[in-house]
Amino acid sequence: MIVEERLATLEVGASRPRKDAHEKLSGEAQYVGDMEMAGMLHGKVLRSPFAHARIRSIDFSAALEMEGVAAILTAADLDDIEPYYGHAIKDRPIVAIDRVRFAGEPVAAVAAVDVATAEAAVRAIEVDYEELPVLATIEQALAPDAPRLHTRRPSIGLFHGLGDLGEQEGNVCYRYVLEAGDLERTRAQAAITVEGTYTFPAIYQYAMETHATIAHYHGDGVTLWANCQHPFLVQAEIADLFGLPIGSVRIVVPYLGGGFGSKSYTKMEPLTVALARKAGRPVRIVNMVEESMVTSRRHGMTAWMRTTAAADGTLLTREVHFWLDTGAYADNGPRVTATAGDAAPGPYRFAAVDVQASCVYSNTPPAGSYRAFGATHLQWIGESQLDEVARRAGVDPLELRRRSLVLPGEPVRPDGSGKPLDADLVGDVERAAEAIGWDEPRRRWVGRGVSVGLLAAGAHPVSRASVRLCSDGLGDVYVGTTEMGQGPRTVMAQIAAEELHISSDLLRVHGADTRFTPYDRSTGASRSTTVAGLAVKRAAEAVAQRLRETAGELWDVDPEVVELVDGRACFAGEEIGFSDLIAKRFGFRGGEIVEGGEVRPSGGDTGSYAEGPHFWEVCIAGAEVEVDPDTGVVTVLRTATVADVGKAINPQLVERQDEGATLQGIGNALFEEMRFADARVANDNLLQYRVPRIADLPAAMTSIIVENADGPGPYGAKGCGEGALAAVPAAIVCALADAGVAMSELPLTPERVWRAIQEQRPTTASDHHEGRPI
Amino acid sequence: MNGVEIVLTVNGSEVSATVETQELLLDFLRERLGLTGAKRSCDVQVCGSCTVLVDGGPVSACTYLAVEAHGREVLTVEGFAQTAEFAEFEAAFVRHAALQCGYCTPGLLLTLKSLRDAGELETEEDIRHGLDGNLCRCTGYRSILEAARELAGIHG
Repeated sequence: MIVEERLATLEVGASRPRKDAHEKLSGEAQYVGDMEMAGMLHGKVLRSPFAHARIRSIDFSAALEMEGVAAILTAADLDDIEPYYGHAIKDRPIVAIDRVRFAGEPVAAVAAVDVATAEAAVRAIEVDYEELPVLATIEQALAPDAPRLHTRRPSIGLFHGLGDLGEQEGNVCYRYVLEAGDLERTRAQAAITVEGTYTFPAIYQYAMETHATIAHYHGDGVTLWANCQHPFLVQAEIADLFGLPIGSVRIVVPYLGGGFGSKSYTKMEPLTVALARKAGRPVRIVNMVEESMVTSRRHGMTAWMRTTAAADGTLLTREVHFWLDTGAYADNGPRVTATAGDAAPGPYRFAAVDVQASCVYSNTPPAGSYRAFGATHLQWIGESQLDEVARRAGVDPLELRRRSLVLPGEPVRPDGSGKPLDADLVGDVERAAEAIGWDEPRRRWVGRGVSVGLLAAGAHPVSRASVRLCSDGLGDVYVGTTEMGQGPRTVMAQIAAEELHISSDLLRVHGADTRFTPYDRSTGASRSTTVAGLAVKRAAEAVAQRLRETAGELWDVDPEVVELVDGRACFAGEEIGFSDLIAKRFGFRGGEIVEGGEVRPSGGDTGSYAEGPHFWEVCIAGAEVEVDPDTGVVTVLRTATVADVGKAINPQLVERQDEGATLQGIGNALFEEMRFADARVANDNLLQYRVPRIADLPAAMTSIIVENADGPGPYGAKGCGEGALAAVPAAIVCALADAGVAMSELPLTPERVWRAIQEQRPTTASDHHEGRPI
Repeated sequence: MNGVEIVLTVNGSEVSATVETQELLLDFLRERLGLTGAKRSCDVQVCGSCTVLVDGGPVSACTYLAVEAHGREVLTVEGFAQTAEFAEFEAAFVRHAALQCGYCTPGLLLTLKSLRDAGELETEEDIRHGLDGNLCRCTGYRSILEAARELAGIHG
């Protein structure tokens, strides 16, 4: 761990133990699938076996007669509401209406006394399908004669956030364009041109806890216990769908067994609510892995990129055209497309750029968010082209980055819009390179690579929180951030404790219950510490101010001269503990101080995507790999990641975030891939979809923390935890090219790598180390 | 209804029940006994989040029938958490922050305990081999390796 310039503070900057550790280690921690409600039924979903079909009829009469079956939901039960949802585009029905658009789409759902009965009833439902032509790939979906998958007039979702959607053309549901500079004229000056076509696979996030929801529809509205990352957005969408006041929808979020974006926005909640509404009793639906795989995944992509440079490597132009397969419904596809478009040029000073991005409907299952979305899609391509420019110019790749990276305070977007750079990319990448032994001699078939990118982070900067200090000296932090493993229960307590001048051991942090917890926009985009954490800090500051005022009243002095020290208010030799001070305030041993804190767009900003991002999250890594030329097997020897976090509230948890992202990055780079057979998921289980195991842990893994206090969050903090997932695969691809094997398709399976070695052999190994120490 | 009488010991207490032949140990523990520390995830004996110990050895409760546990001793994380030994495991995991979402954690702890009880937790190779059947999507395993090294008594 490398920590720079640690500020001297009490709680902030200390690696305090996780507050949720005992609950989670002992098995006490409750997840939605562990929860039972009185009278609760179990739901199972009938899912389409076809990727594209018309539903002629559904006969559930036999299923309904089975003992223990309480209710069966089909589209016919949705006549009284507008049953389409989607936070970006309202294109998705709660259950299929007349037509299914992907294999796995819910067609009906059963609520029964137990899971086995519900499963048996699902099997007893007969659906008559008429198969339709399947658009299995981006190419098929974009063909001029391709049928349109969505013919309803697109209606904007509640949280689109990307301005005017524009007209939909064919199966393209969203376009993002970024153009700057005089492309043609600049490109004409180029001495070096690197160009290629690239393929990037769909990935299953595999949160180990699958999607799970309990819904109870009652006279006052609906209550959900849901493992969602964005409870307040789900609340608004459920209210909108079912015609309820927002406050009548209550969402309670216990611990999540991982998220990684798979539980962002609205997933299984509308179907569970609709089934519970039909049944008139609480219903729990817990997905199997194969069901969660068709509930959310990462977008696969096809891309073309061209980078040009002068003979000395000075970067001139970058053109990127790419198409994301968002599957049957948009889900978060538009934002993924915009974020990928933002990340496409990379954080370099190009004289001209041209980014043309399309989000495309197909008959694959819907794609949404996955950790560092957008950046993961493009960084490996841009960085491998940059290395090729360096190779042809005879410049060390690290040196080319030093010369070309955007510097702090400079605009990041090539058109000059949005937030200027708030990180030290050159310093960061130098550290990553050093950690993987950049200048050390190396064996043949060993390569090293570094990669640099930026991720538009923070999402919409709206969070509230409240902090309560009770007369027993203990306190509570109410903040809507979802605890899905990243550690907010610990970090939020540290922030509040810092301001209250008490130990974080005295504070409890409560997750979202929308009936009681102040509003928080979402848990994602690496925003919780930065945005929600600042709201917590402000709330705690306000509590501290009340304590000073109370002491000021007590001693008849100006509150500003009262000091708070280690749980006591002090002035001129007088001191009183907070517990006694609160009792004095109310005149008896009781009462409490509760205050709120708020973060919202400021300085004339509206918080829009164009004005943002709230901060740039760095995506920086180095990797050293070895490839076996006889088998194509790639082994990752060393990795290094850089968390340029402004201020690490809890350095150990920062390191743990990047370690987790590193292993996911190794899996993404080397073997993870959802395979489709005619738009159906062909490897829909953990036997065939391999995720990293402990054996995949590299021999050396370094997490570097950089603290320059340059973030918009508390104490200059900014978020982390996602960037490494974009950076590590890119560094691995660059390292493999450095070892002599250039690749344009992920993952880097032994077969693909071996084939590339055979094709590239005549020119490899002889010249690839040119200009670099060996 | 193909009911079968089984008698087994769960966390030190005798339990008798009539179960269906196809009932999984995982469902028996979670649904009937309310022992939800063992988690369901992959359903195909890959992820290890449903690991419990049967007669001291780790099994994936998602693919182990309740009837197979007849006459045997089952230890779940709830039972393990009551022991003095658990405190040592907890301290190591807390010190290294070797958990995040916590979903895989009970299974990991029980696998580690069984390895150590069997004398198969002595080298780093033992750890990497022994934990191959326990997936963790959050931590990247480095911290788990460190905690396991501490429990194995490996220094330096």
